[in-house]
Amino acid sequence: MSAYIASLVSVIGINMILALGLNIISGFCGQVSLGHAAFYGIGAYTAAYLCKLGVPLPLTLLAGTIMAGAIGIVVGLTSLRVRDDFLAVTTMGIGFVFLGFVRKQKWLGGELGISGIPGSGLDPVVYAGLILLFAAAVIVFSLWLKRSWMGFTFDAVADDEDAARTVGVNVSTYKLTAFGIGTALAGLAGGLYIYFARIILPDTFDFVQSIAILTMVVIGGTGSVWGVVAATIGLTLLPEVSRAAADYRLLIFGAMLMLVMRFSPGGLAGLATMLKRRKAAPKEVP
Amino acid sequence: MTVLARIDDLHISFGGVAAANGVSFTVNQGEFLAVIGPNGAGKTTALRMVAGLLKPDSGRIFLGDRDVTGLPAYARVRLGLGFTHQIVRPFYSFTTIENVMLAAGHYQTGSPWRALTSRSRDAARKRAHAILERIGLAGQAEKSPRALPLGQRKRLEVARAIALDPKLLLLDEPLAGLSSAEATTMADLIRTLPGEGITVVLVEHNLGEVLRVADRLVVLDAGKVLAEGVPAEVMKRADVRQAYTGVV
Repeated sequence: MSAYIASLVSVIGINMILALGLNIISGFCGQVSLGHAAFYGIGAYTAAYLCKLGVPLPLTLLAGTIMAGAIGIVVGLTSLRVRDDFLAVTTMGIGFVFLGFVRKQKWLGGELGISGIPGSGLDPVVYAGLILLFAAAVIVFSLWLKRSWMGFTFDAVADDEDAARTVGVNVSTYKLTAFGIGTALAGLAGGLYIYFARIILPDTFDFVQSIAILTMVVIGGTGSVWGVVAATIGLTLLPEVSRAAADYRLLIFGAMLMLVMRFSPGGLAGLATMLKRRKAAPKEVP
Repeated sequence: MTVLARIDDLHISFGGVAAANGVSFTVNQGEFLAVIGPNGAGKTTALRMVAGLLKPDSGRIFLGDRDVTGLPAYARVRLGLGFTHQIVRPFYSFTTIENVMLAAGHYQTGSPWRALTSRSRDAARKRAHAILERIGLAGQAEKSPRALPLGQRKRLEVARAIALDPKLLLLDEPLAGLSSAEATTMADLIRTLPGEGITVVLVEHNLGEVLRVADRLVVLDAGKVLAEGVPAEVMKRADVRQAYTGVV
C-alpha cells in the first residue's frame, strides 16, 4: 500500500467514525446536531495536548474520547429543554463557542493550532490499518446497538418522546446516552486524526466540517449503518477522483443534500430499500 | 377494601383558569372506576396529573402508601401505572406488534446499559402476540399503525398499556370516535381487566357504556368532585344530572 492510499484509508476511517457517531445521535435517537465537528476538535485538542506532554497513544485516545463524551453529555442536557430547529441552532452555537474558545487560547496554539505533534511510532500503512480497525469496531458497535433494546428505545424516542414516557422510557437518560456515545466517537476520531495529520488548526473543526459530516449521514440515510458507511466512502473519495469535485466540494455537497431531501429523503439506504421492493413486487400482466 | 391510589386536593391552573380546583378521590384495588363530567370539568387534566404528564400546582398523589407526586411519568409506569392517550399516539415508525413489544419488554429498558446488552426480543414478541390475539389485533400485527382504522388504533393503545403489566390503568376516553358497535366491544374488553388484577380508572363521555361497565363513579364539575358512589345512586342526584346534562 502506497503512502497516498494509506492516507486515503486513514481519512475514510476517521470520517466513518465521525459519521457513525453522528448517526447514533441524529439517525438512531432523532436528535438534531449541527456542531459535531466541535467534539471532533475537543478529542483532537485533548489528545494533541497530552501527546505533546509525552502521554502514550492509547491514553491520549482514551482521554480525547472521554473528554468529548463528557462535554457531549453536558451539551446533550440542552436537548432535554429544546427540540428540533431550536436544538439545531443550539448545537450549531456549540461549534462556534468551541472555535471562539480555542482560537483565543495561547496554551492551545491560538489561531495557529498545535503543530509538531509526535507521530504514533507506527508505519503510516500500519497506522491506517489501526484506524480502519477502529472504524470496523464502530461499525460492529453501531450494528449491535441498532439491534439491541437500546436501539429499539432510541427509535421510540425519535418517533414520539411523550408516548415513549408512557411506556416507561426515561427519555432524558436515553437522549444523554446518545449524545454521550456519539460525541465520544467524535473525540476518538479527533484523537486518531492528530497522529495522522501531526498538526491541528482550529478551522479543521469549523461549521463546514459539521455540515460535511451531516451530509455523509443524510446521503447515506439517517439511521442506516451501511448507508452511512457507503456515503462516507463515496464522499471522501469524490474530491480525490476529480480535481473539479475537490474545488467545488461545498457546492457539490450542498446540491447533493438538496437532491436527496427532494427525491430520496431516506438517502442511499432508502433508495436501496425502494429498489428492492420494486424488484420484489409482482409485475403487471398487460 | 384496599386503597390502591389516593388523589388528594389537586389544583392546577392554565393562564389563570383553574382546570382542577381541589380534586380528591380514592381508587380501590380491583375496581372499575369511571370519572365523568361535562366538557371542561377537568377529567383529562386530573388523569394526566395522576399519570405524571402534568405537574399539579398543589396537592398530592399516592400510589399505595408511596407519594408519587414528584415522580416523572416513566417512573410511575415502573411502579405499575399504565396510561392511554385520548388522541391515540402509537409509534408510527413501528409495526403494530413492535408497539406492544416495547411495552412488553419495558424491564429491558430500565437502564441504558441493560438495554445495550440485551438483544433478544423473542419473549417480548411472544407476549405482545398473545396480547394482540386477546385484543383482536393479531391479524394486524405486522401492519403499520397508519394502516389501522381508529377503532383498531384505540385497541392498540390499550394493548400497549396492558403489556406494561399495570396495577392501575388510566384510560382517557378510549371510546371516543368509535361507532356504537366498536364502543360496546371496547367497553366489554376493558371491563374484563379488573378480573385480571388490573384496576381501571376510565375517563369517558359515553355515559351509556360507562353506566354499563363501571363499579363506581366520580363526577367532576368545574375542577371539583361533585359526587361519587355507585352509578345508579350517583345518577339519581339532581346536581349531577344538572351538571352533566344541563337538565334538572
